[in-house]
Amino acid sequence: MAQPLVKKDDDRDDEADYSPFLGIEKGAVLQEARVFNDPQLDPRRCSQVITKLLYLLNQGETFTKVEATEVFFAVTKLFQSKDIGLRRMVYVMIKELSPSADEVIIVTSSLMKDMTSKTDMYRANAIRVLCRITDGTLLTQIERYLKQAIVDKNPVVASAALVSGIHLLQTNPEIVKRWSNEVQEAVQSRAALVQFHALALLHQIRQNDRLAVNKLVSSLTKGSVRSPLAQCLLIRYTSQVIRESANTQAADRPFYDFLEGCLRHKAEMVIFEAARAITELNCVTTRELTPAITVLQLFLSSSKPVLRFAAVRTLNKVAMTHPMAVTNCNIDMESLISDQNRSIATLAITTLLKTGNESSVDRLMKQITNFMSDIADEFKIVVVEAIRSLCLKFPLKHRSLMNFLSNILREEGGFDYKKAIVDSIVILIRDIPEAKETGLLHLCEFIEDCEFTYLSTQILHFLGIEGPKTSDPSKYIRYIYNRVHLENATVRAAAVSTLAKFGAMVDTLKPRIFVLLRRCLFDNDDEVRDRATLYLNTLGGDGAVVQTGEDVKEFLFGSLDIPLVNLENSLKNYEPSEESFDIYSVPREVKTQPLAEKKAPGKKPTGLGAPPAGPPSTVDAYEKLLSSIPEFANFGKLFKSSAPVELTEAETEYAVNVVKHIFDGHVVFQYNCTNTIPEQLLENVTVIVDASEAEEFAEVASKPLRSLPYDSPGQTFVAFEKPEGTPAIGKFSNMLRFIVKEVDPSTGEAEDDGVEDEYQLEELEVVAADYILKVGVSNFRNAWESMGADCERIDEYGLGPRESLAEAVNAVIDLLGMQPCEGTEVVPNNSRSHTCLLSGVYIGNVKVLVRLQFGLDGPKDVAMKLAVRSEDESVSDAIHEIVASG
Amino acid sequence: MELCPLIKNILILDSEGKRIAVKYYSDDWPTNAAKEAFEKSVFTKTQKTNARTEAEITMFDDYIVVYKFIQDLHFFVTGGENENEIILAAVLQGFFDAVGLLLRGTVDKKEALENLDIILLCIDEIVDGGIILETDANVIAGKVASHSMDAGAPLSEQTITQALATAREHLTRSLLK
Repeated sequence: MAQPLVKKDDDRDDEADYSPFLGIEKGAVLQEARVFNDPQLDPRRCSQVITKLLYLLNQGETFTKVEATEVFFAVTKLFQSKDIGLRRMVYVMIKELSPSADEVIIVTSSLMKDMTSKTDMYRANAIRVLCRITDGTLLTQIERYLKQAIVDKNPVVASAALVSGIHLLQTNPEIVKRWSNEVQEAVQSRAALVQFHALALLHQIRQNDRLAVNKLVSSLTKGSVRSPLAQCLLIRYTSQVIRESANTQAADRPFYDFLEGCLRHKAEMVIFEAARAITELNCVTTRELTPAITVLQLFLSSSKPVLRFAAVRTLNKVAMTHPMAVTNCNIDMESLISDQNRSIATLAITTLLKTGNESSVDRLMKQITNFMSDIADEFKIVVVEAIRSLCLKFPLKHRSLMNFLSNILREEGGFDYKKAIVDSIVILIRDIPEAKETGLLHLCEFIEDCEFTYLSTQILHFLGIEGPKTSDPSKYIRYIYNRVHLENATVRAAAVSTLAKFGAMVDTLKPRIFVLLRRCLFDNDDEVRDRATLYLNTLGGDGAVVQTGEDVKEFLFGSLDIPLVNLENSLKNYEPSEESFDIYSVPREVKTQPLAEKKAPGKKPTGLGAPPAGPPSTVDAYEKLLSSIPEFANFGKLFKSSAPVELTEAETEYAVNVVKHIFDGHVVFQYNCTNTIPEQLLENVTVIVDASEAEEFAEVASKPLRSLPYDSPGQTFVAFEKPEGTPAIGKFSNMLRFIVKEVDPSTGEAEDDGVEDEYQLEELEVVAADYILKVGVSNFRNAWESMGADCERIDEYGLGPRESLAEAVNAVIDLLGMQPCEGTEVVPNNSRSHTCLLSGVYIGNVKVLVRLQFGLDGPKDVAMKLAVRSEDESVSDAIHEIVASG
Repeated sequence: MELCPLIKNILILDSEGKRIAVKYYSDDWPTNAAKEAFEKSVFTKTQKTNARTEAEITMFDDYIVVYKFIQDLHFFVTGGENENEIILAAVLQGFFDAVGLLLRGTVDKKEALENLDIILLCIDEIVDGGIILETDANVIAGKVASHSMDAGAPLSEQTITQALATAREHLTRSLLK
């Protein structure tokens, strides 16, 4: 590694292989570095040695602590030389060595001298080096020079100071914030890059002050920005302001005109930045989009690949939300399919697949087939995913699309690619009934020659669920039984289970299945034998054509409606005792992943396979935390924990957020506190909660936080009792109370005596939504119908004037705190009515399904019909109550 | 949210994917091994493309990489997934052209290694800690070349390389035009 250029082949021509670093060795170069100590410095020689040292570092060589220190001290001697070129290399070298604090002191004076030098180059570079290696204490000494440098008439010096300011803001914000006036002056600089750097720094200084950012943007958008880079920054800041301004009404969106004006800028980077910003506006209208799409379309036929890529990537994103707006570009897009740059071609294809209409599908598929052979797997996956969504959009085209998928399934490819294809076929089978039989046969053929155990087992499992429901289940048996002969033990075991499923579901096949299963009893793997034995015994042993009992089916093949992660945790916590493990005590909430339904076994939420082990849920962590606190141990099972709610503004002295933990008869507030002042230590931290506006709650316990040092978050808890099983709501006001002690920042030791102090926090509310778990269902209609209309409650509500239909839909979803199903939370643009499906679990473990139908009544008034189904009438009523009172 | 355009790294590799000069500005690659792995995948993903007349672009692992080749040298500039591609291309072009000016048109691996100091200074003048310092090739080359113009330096130290002097002449001519 140290010598990457050592000659490998002596026969090679010396001339061609010549490198100044041939055979370079660290030890030798370190020896050479002694020339730095010569009384008569040879700048040229020194430069060469520094270059060699830099070369070594660049090649990944590392210096030991001793070596680095030695080199550093030697390099500092070079400040004696007047040679500018050498000095320049010295600067770079010091930055690369990143010396430690005690070493920095050695060069500080030299660098400070350079900072005040008459040579601009010295000033600029010394600032950059010093700011890079310095710590806070030195900064106050040089602050004066830095402020001067910011307004220096040499742009290089000013830029150096400003960029250093941007870096320093991360570590020493309070000092850099004092430079506002100088930075503001620099924003007006005539030098393009100075303006860019000044604008970046000014915005970062003010980023937490929305009003100031607003003012900055409104003054600059009137036009005094010269640099294209600064203009790009301004566009980003502007779209941030637009995003944060509450006014989403398209008609008078502030600053839109500025963005549109930037589309006519002379620099391409500005045009593109503006076009991209417009496409990313919230709820952008077609009228607003059109000019942006037009310039992007021009980029599509540019001779520069970068421009084409940028444009097609942005249009691709637009196509996800506004496919119609992009259709104008389809012709340009089609010519990009043959683009030399495969990234561009892939993006063009997937965009076309998103915007294409039914009639163009076949033509497109032909073009893609040629294209697929010469792109990398990762691109192919993107294409496969696009084809899947296209097929879901045009189910009538399933034949040609399914054919395409099965063709590429047969070709060479890695695991991820194959998995993407198989997943797509599975999803198509699930959602398009007509595609089921062909799809299953494609999968059967695939496992005949599949090198991936994981995919084989997943497909076998899926076959077991879907196969028996087809018109002729017997034709799959051969494929499955072949696996028992030809595969490894894992696949064989999966095949046995699948066979058994056919046997259980299709009574006529049972005798034949039993013959096959008996043969498996002689398998040389015990898992395979065990499974075969289990199935033979439970399915009615003698192989007669009898019906298998529902309970046996449920026992063998019923789906597990508990997230596996939770089950795993509960099992780990279970200690063998008289009491048997109770599967119903396993918590069910998983934020990311919908539960499988009880009554529709095997309907998979996504693609193939058992529900993937979701990320270890925070619920588990909370549950562990709470059960470890004795005061809360007898509250029973945790029903739900809310997302953290901030109780302080960002950037305040103490940052506090709260998590609401709901138990059956109790509520626990967990206050997560962070102390952001290095000079303080907080002790005995409590939150004093005033529950006078929450009548049904009574405080029962509170657990103070003993000590809260700087920047290490801690928690304090307050618990309330509430009527059992009811969704009590209320408002709580909070006051943080603590004893504050001064800390000496240099030693880190706190003073002995502290002062009691209080800090007002924002109010906190417990709302009805806190009592509903977000639990999705994969097939809403099935769930809805199986729930039955027994406990259905329907009513109509007028929601009054609203900004838009989408806003009304979101408001109701937020109010109920339920999980939107099947993507129905998205309201298509300009639609006058919308149906939204929600599901959840109400406190007391009652499943609730909600169907919301919205309609526009007059120009702005939204009317809503709310239909609730649940397992309990009173719960259905309660949901109506929430809406009626919300 | 970070709004300022940021450069994640600048690389020059040779025609076998070996390092000539690299500079990383992001913690995304904490170790030398991670850096080498990134360079390897960048190199293999781009080596078959023809990026000689116009800068090319690709995206992988949530990075955008713009690149340009000349002789046996491969220049790369990497940015984050949401970066403005054209800004990255401007940085690449500035770097590429500045090196071309400073090496007087003969840009290849041999020249680059012989003038590695110039290349390193060039990178140093383009980006500081991820923030773009300058994208104009003439200005960048000017800043690098001007360093030999120290009035105080004795003539005997007609220094680092003759190349600098020639580059300077070249520049002053083009600037005075």
